[in-house]
Amino acid sequence: MEGSVKYLGAGIAMIGALGAGIGLGLIFSAWISAIARNPAAEAKFRLTGYLGFAVTELVMLMCFVIAMMIMNAK
Amino acid sequence: MASMFEEFEIHSLSAPLFTLGGHPVAFTNSTLFMLLAIVASTCLMVVAMRPQALVPGRWQMVAETFYNMIASMVESTAGEKAKPFFPLIFSIFIFILFCNLLGLIPGSLAVTSHIVINFAIAIGLFLIIIIAGFVNQGWHFLQIFAPPGVPVPILLFLVPIELFSFLVRPFSLSVRLFANMLAGHILLGVFAGMTISLLAAGWFLKPLGVLPLVANIAITGFEFFVAFLQAYIYAILAAVYLRDAVESH
Repeated sequence: MEGSVKYLGAGIAMIGALGAGIGLGLIFSAWISAIARNPAAEAKFRLTGYLGFAVTELVMLMCFVIAMMIMNAK
Repeated sequence: MASMFEEFEIHSLSAPLFTLGGHPVAFTNSTLFMLLAIVASTCLMVVAMRPQALVPGRWQMVAETFYNMIASMVESTAGEKAKPFFPLIFSIFIFILFCNLLGLIPGSLAVTSHIVINFAIAIGLFLIIIIAGFVNQGWHFLQIFAPPGVPVPILLFLVPIELFSFLVRPFSLSVRLFANMLAGHILLGVFAGMTISLLAAGWFLKPLGVLPLVANIAITGFEFFVAFLQAYIYAILAAVYLRDAVESH
């Protein structure tokens, strides 16, 4: 087979994005439940919601960075 | 065939100006866009607030919205004692926001898609937080690693973990912004490449070339949202880390 194993490595590295996907689903489901229970206090949930989204997204981005590093190896 | 990373390359736009530790320092396209971001943001804040009307006009509303958003966020996250740090958080927010937005202009360089720039801001913020923590609280600042009332066996595990997660903060801040901007621009590039491939194919594939173009338009809209959100997230996390420095537990 022509080519290098680094493509396989990059593909395996991106499996870690699964965890981030599940985590994001949990964050947004809690956010929606919170807004549904108390629509008047929506502004209070916004800060925590965006913060949780960004911190969870970081897991997926770390996987992407590792995949890019593997793809650019010699 | 150009590599997929060609849009992220840094070129010198001038001859080397001076040498710093054996490395020539020149005026690069990265410098140009950072300068543009600073000039644009300064113009926005200064010129927009010139009327100083009680009932704001359109531009004054924009400047006041930025100010109020960050001011209320810093006060609610880091407390009353963090007010002297508001110019720092606001500068970080506005600089990253304008750098992100300028990167969306076709043909420009997204300054924040290089990790070194994000890391420089994050390390500067990290050092300010450590120094401010020791100045405000003295040796009590180290209590963030060992909260009072924790039994000693748990402390043996807790302190290394807390120390590690504290030291990882500048890396996580910078990598979050870097990877978001890098991934966004690569995505735009991938769909643009798809459009060109479809338009260069046979006659029956040419009409399909409009689909990746529509996707590209949608992704550009999404990238505007991500540019704003990532700048705001950077500011929020900077305020959260600042709370460790100014508030004693």
